[in-house]
This record gives sequence, C-alpha cells and structure tokens, in this order.
Amino acid sequence: MAADTEVPPIVEMRGITIRFPGVLALDDVDFLLRPGEIHSLMGENGAGKSTLIKALTGVYAVDSGTITVAGERRTFTSTADAQAAGISTVYQEVNLCPNLTVGENVMLGHEPRRGSAIDWRATHAQADRHLRGLGMEVDPRSLLSTHSIAIQQLVAISRAMVLESKVLILDEPTSSLDRDEVEQLFGVIRELRNSGVAILFVSHFLDQVYEISDRITVLRNGALVGSYPIGDLPRDALVTKMIGRELDDLEALSRSAHRAIDRTGEPVLRAEGVGRRGVLEPADLEVYTGEVVGLAGLLGSGRTELVRLLYGADRPDHGHVTVNGKAARITSPRHAIDRRISFSSEDRRGEGIVADLTVAENIVLGIQARKGWMRKIRKAEQDAVVAEYIEALGVKPADPQLVVANLSGGNQQKVLLARWLATAPELLVLDEPTRGIDVGAKADIQHKVSELSAQGLSVIFISSELEEVLRLAQRIAVLRDRRKIGELDSGEVDLDGLIDYLANEGKGSAA
Amino acid sequence: MSATMTHPVAVERPTSKYQSFLSRRAGMMPTFAAVAILAVLLACAEAFLRGDFLSPGNISALLLDNAYLLILAVGMTFVILTAGIDLSVGSVMAFTGILGAQLLASGVPAWLAVVVMLAGGAVIGLLIGVLVQYFSVQPFIASLAGLFLARGLAYVVSLSSIKVEDPAILWLQTNRIRLGDWYITPTGIIALLAVAVAAFALHLTRFGRTIYAIGGNEQSARLMGLEVARTKVSAYVISGFCGGLSGLVLTAYSGAGYPRNGIGTELDAIAAVVIGGTLLIGGRGYVLGSLVGVFVYGTIKTIISFMGAEQSWMQIIIGSLLLLVIVVQRAIVARSERRR
Repeated sequence: MAADTEVPPIVEMRGITIRFPGVLALDDVDFLLRPGEIHSLMGENGAGKSTLIKALTGVYAVDSGTITVAGERRTFTSTADAQAAGISTVYQEVNLCPNLTVGENVMLGHEPRRGSAIDWRATHAQADRHLRGLGMEVDPRSLLSTHSIAIQQLVAISRAMVLESKVLILDEPTSSLDRDEVEQLFGVIRELRNSGVAILFVSHFLDQVYEISDRITVLRNGALVGSYPIGDLPRDALVTKMIGRELDDLEALSRSAHRAIDRTGEPVLRAEGVGRRGVLEPADLEVYTGEVVGLAGLLGSGRTELVRLLYGADRPDHGHVTVNGKAARITSPRHAIDRRISFSSEDRRGEGIVADLTVAENIVLGIQARKGWMRKIRKAEQDAVVAEYIEALGVKPADPQLVVANLSGGNQQKVLLARWLATAPELLVLDEPTRGIDVGAKADIQHKVSELSAQGLSVIFISSELEEVLRLAQRIAVLRDRRKIGELDSGEVDLDGLIDYLANEGKGSAA
Repeated sequence: MSATMTHPVAVERPTSKYQSFLSRRAGMMPTFAAVAILAVLLACAEAFLRGDFLSPGNISALLLDNAYLLILAVGMTFVILTAGIDLSVGSVMAFTGILGAQLLASGVPAWLAVVVMLAGGAVIGLLIGVLVQYFSVQPFIASLAGLFLARGLAYVVSLSSIKVEDPAILWLQTNRIRLGDWYITPTGIIALLAVAVAAFALHLTRFGRTIYAIGGNEQSARLMGLEVARTKVSAYVISGFCGGLSGLVLTAYSGAGYPRNGIGTELDAIAAVVIGGTLLIGGRGYVLGSLVGVFVYGTIKTIISFMGAEQSWMQIIIGSLLLLVIVVQRAIVARSERRR
C-alpha cells in the first residue's frame, strides 16, 4: 500500500546543505516524508544518510535550506526540540537506560505526577498500555537490562508513542536482531504506518528494505539521486544508483569462484576432528594454497566457533591441526600468528580496530605483530607499507594520519584488512568482513580477497550473505546447529541449492 | 495516535515469583548486601562487647558522631549516581566551617553566617559542575581542583582553630531531644532530613530520575530529550551545598572551626556511599544505602575505639571491606551484562 502522493507531507526538507570542515556533507538535498508511509533512505556509508537524519533530529544545524514539519517552518537546536515537534528516533544501539525499568524508560520525562512527586503506579500503568499497544507483554517494572535487544528496540518505539510522535526514524534497527525478531519489529512498524505515522527507515539489508518500504530515497556523495516508489525501482537499479557504477565488476568476480585449485599437495591448513564440547562438534577442514573456503551457516551455526578454535582464540578439546604438513598445536592467537594465520574478528569495534589510533598506527600494529613487539620498525618502512595498503585497498579518505574512529564502517574494515595483510599471512580468516558496510566498500573488499587468493593467499571466508560466499569461495563448508554438515563445490551449486542444503541436508527431507 | 495490535508480537513475562523479583530488583542487590554487612557488624559488636553495644544511647551517638559524614555521603550519592565523583567535599566542609566561625567571631548574625556557609559550598560545587559539564574536564580532576581551592581558601581565612560561641549554632549540638534512652540533636535531625529530602528527590522527581538516567547512559539520556546539562551541574551543586551543610554541623558538633578538618573525609564519604551499594559506574544505588554505609563506617570506628585498638586498624578494615564490596559489585555488573 504505497502512500498516496496527494497527502501533504509531514516533513518537508528543501535545499538542505551542511558543510563540515573540508567536506560538503549534504548538497542541496530535498526530502519529503508523508504520513502513513514507510520511506527508506538508501546510500553508501558517507552518502549523507546520517547527516540528513541528524539535521532532521536537531543534532546538526543546517547551513542552508528549510525544514518544515506539519506545515510549520522549524529550526531545531536539540533532539528535545525535534521530539517536541513530534519527531522521534530509534537508533541502532538502543538509546535507553539499562539501569532503569522498562516502564520508566518508556515514560522518562513524561511521568504522570501528583504535585511534584512522580506517581509510579500510574507511570507503570501508562507504560504497560503503550507496550501493549505495540503488542508487547512485558513487565513494566522489570529492569531494561534483563531483556533482549529486540525487546529493548520495541521499548524504544513505545517511548516514541508516548511522545505522540508523528514521525518515527528507525536508524539500522534490525542489525542486531534475528529473523523472528525482525518480523516482530516489522509487524509493529506496519501497524504504526497504518495508523498514520510517517516512518523513515534506514537499513543495510536490501531484503528488509524491499520487504517493508513504500518508497525509497537514494543519496550519493551528499547529493540527492532521486526518490522512487518501491515498485519503480528494482534492486539492481537501486544498487546502481547507490554506488553510481554498474555491477559488472561484481559479476566479473563471480568467475573467480570457478578458478581451479590444485589440491594435490599438502594443504596449508588441515584440521581433523577439531571441536570443543558444547561449542562445536568435531569437524574436518582443509584449505589449500590460493583457495577461498567459504563457511556458510546461520548465525550461531558454529561458523565463528570453528575459526576461533582453529585460530586458538578458544581452546579446542579434541582434534589436531597440521599447517603445511607439520603438526601444529595452536592454543593461542600467538601460535597462529607465528604460523602465518591471521584472523579478522566479526566484532570489528571490540576485537579488531583500535578506534583511537590513526590509520597508519593501526596498519603498523600488524607489521609489529609479525616482527615481534620489541623490534623497532623504521619510519620509512612503516610509511611505505601504510601507503601501499591505503592505495591497494582504496581507503577513503587516503590520509594515514586520520583517526580511525572518524572513518566510515566500510573504511574501518579496509584498514582492519590492511592490518592483517600487513602480517603477511599465508592463511587469512575473515569473519563477516562485509557486515554493516556499504555496497561500494563491500565490492572493494571482495575484489581484494579474490585478487589476493589468485596470487596464492589462502582464505577462510565467513559471511551471512550467501551470494557473497558463492561469489568468492571455490569450496563451501556448511554448518548447522554447531555441526559441520558437509561441503559443496561452489561451481556445482547456486543460491537456491545452497539454501536448500543449509536448511535440509541431513534432516532426512528432500536434499 | 493509537496503534493497537491484535496479537501480541513479543512476550517476555517472568515465569516465577523468584524471576520476577530478580528482573525487578537486581539493582538493589548491592544495597541488600550493605544491610547484611551492617547486621553482621552489629552482631559482632554485640558479641565482642558482651551485649553492651546495641543500646539506644550508643546507636544515638553513632548517628550524631557521624552526622557530618552522612550529609557529605548524601551529596556524594547524587554525584556518583551520575557516574561522577566529588573529591572536594572534605575541604569544602573545612572551608565553610572556618569561614562560618570567622564570620561569627567578627559579629555577623548567625543566620547570615549559615547562609554564607551553605552558599559558599554550593558555589564551589557549581564551579566543579560547570568544569565537568561545559569544559569536559574529568570529574576526578575538576573536583581535585575544587579540593585544593577550598583547602587553600580555608587557610586564607585562618591558619588556626576559631572557637564558636554563638548560642544559636551551639544549640544545634547541645539541645538534646530525648525519647526514653534515645536522643537526638538538631544536627542529627538535619542529617536525617538531608537523607529524606534526597530520597524524595531521587525517587519521586523527574530531576532525580534524570540523575539515574545520566548514570545509566548519558548519551541516551540526552537523546531522550532529558535536561542532562542542568541536572549534572545540579548534582555537583548539591554535593557542594551538602559540603557547606556538613561544615555547619561539624562546627556545631566541635564548637569550633578548624582549617585542617576533614582531610581525607571525602574518601570516607565515597567509601560509605560505595559500601552502601552505589556503583561507581553510576546509575545504580540508593541514598538509603549511603545511610547504611555511614552506619557501617561508624560502627567499625566505634568497635575499634571500644576495643582500644590502633586507629590504623580502622583504615585497614574499611579498605578491605571496600575492596570486597567493589569486587562483589563488579561481579554483579558483569552478570547483568552477560545476561543481555
């Protein structure tokens, strides 16, 4: 049910321009949001999505342009201003207080009072009503921290309802939810849309965007590309508009998957019966020189667990591993690095990048790890290596002295990849290297992986996006329920076949 | 706008009374622990001193001897709940105490002296709060500056003790209101009143809930549209004001102002707050817990002087207790984070 274009917009942003030092973050962008529509804002990282949202929610001031909400010209100077005007935002990292109760988080700042004293009974009763309004049966007196992220997300939306919001902005709300939880959330979002709320939705997941949106607005490099009803914009057209180049090069990649691998000699890594009680059933895995082995499986299937055991981040309790034909006992990451195995964790911020250091410092960490911590590395050598990787991976902006925290997610991932490549690994383990980053950076990273493997680097590649695994890997190990259920040759299986295998193999139903 | 769903999409109800209790009251565990510690201490004291300890007279004295500390702990609770710290309060207490004594000695009427003392404390608190909020100075550093400033000011006022002879001020300590064997003085009433007002403010006003929200997640509190800046500065003003109030109470209690009073007392106040179950990471704790914490502190001090042991044991015991409490709190926090 696409929104009727005759309905006057609730939010009208015209000619919005925002400059940051040295950057034109938004350049004369128009954006219209109508009541009763779910409107997706799409673009690569750095396209200006967050800037536009922050302009609308009063976090950033606009340099020029006008914002009209419900027919009234507005200048927001704080989120409180925007909230008062009926614009609420639910962020990716739930912005609530974990130490307070669910009910209080819903009502905070709007508690019913008697005199100056908060009436807690009425507060919790009202909170309960709002929660039930969204179909949630949650004890409003329980602490927020005792609930799952999905519930917290819905609590944040309930809070927007208390504010009687006419506009609800959902910024990457689904990135930490599983499939069922996404369905719950979408159920709520659709109900809200039907009741006349205007919803601005931002997500990296194309499937979700197409499942829920009525309309899509695309931004690129701070400029408006266009605004389209969902029916008029097929996926490939959307992606082309977002990255501004054709998908041909990605398609070319897919041929790399069919590169023949010489499997006659000793594999770089041979794992036999590696497992750990309660974590992963014993599994075998071989990786040959120049081969990309994909691990496919749902979240929690044991993909990450397997590579963590191989890398020594967790200790296996049975099985043995040989590296280049020699028995290897890998019980700590140190052992793995000594054997030229590098592991890029899925938790980019927590276990990978050092956000407060510069791009150069992050990359040098990698060289340092290889050479030993006490060895001094000459400045000229450092600079050369750093410049080489920035160039090779297309880190943007290409400034080695920039603090990593200021880069977009995709570019942080490139820096992380550069750091692991600087360790000169023979086997590189990449766990979800493309999660939460934009299409352009994704393509860059996939390119690099394909190119390096063609030059002889062995790679274990984990991704939730099965297309990506199929595109890059010559061989795919499939895991389910903490068990490796089999291996497929990517030349012999397509996406549907892989999904079917993943879902049904070994369960006795049709293969 | 009323969106009503026909089917519940998300149900997370506790399945048992025990679970329900846990999901609602997890934040109270450290405070329950504080009460348990106090009970054990009192039982020990009672056993050691052969039943002489738990008398109404001793308990009354416990409150009066520690009234100044209780007031500091109340102010400190506000600051720690916002995940801050205020190291200045011991010095502020000394400064306002000596300032008040000096003013009284030079013939200023008692009411005016009291107003100046309280305002003086509040202004130093405001200074620290502004540094923390608007200049993004670490609370530790900002209040350390406040500590030196107040101590310096105290020495500027006088280098030696000044006796207080104003009857109105002395009345605060000498006027004993008796109820059987129990007794209380106006200083004790002021301290208990401070606890009561703080408890009301923290639990029943939006200001108080904003304090908790800031401690829980300051960024969230801001995005929720709460008055973060004003509230955070207010927490330091309250702590400074309590420093002034404590200066008044201590002056009345000791009958003099002394510029070297309260060296290290800020740490006693912090210890009492933490032992009372308030987490240093902010957002979790209760002012009534701080009352319990002060009683724990006072009881240990009393036991040691009853036993005639070295005062250094006091610090060893408080230190060990603090360590234990912090480790237990850390475990509680880690558990609640794991559950998510």
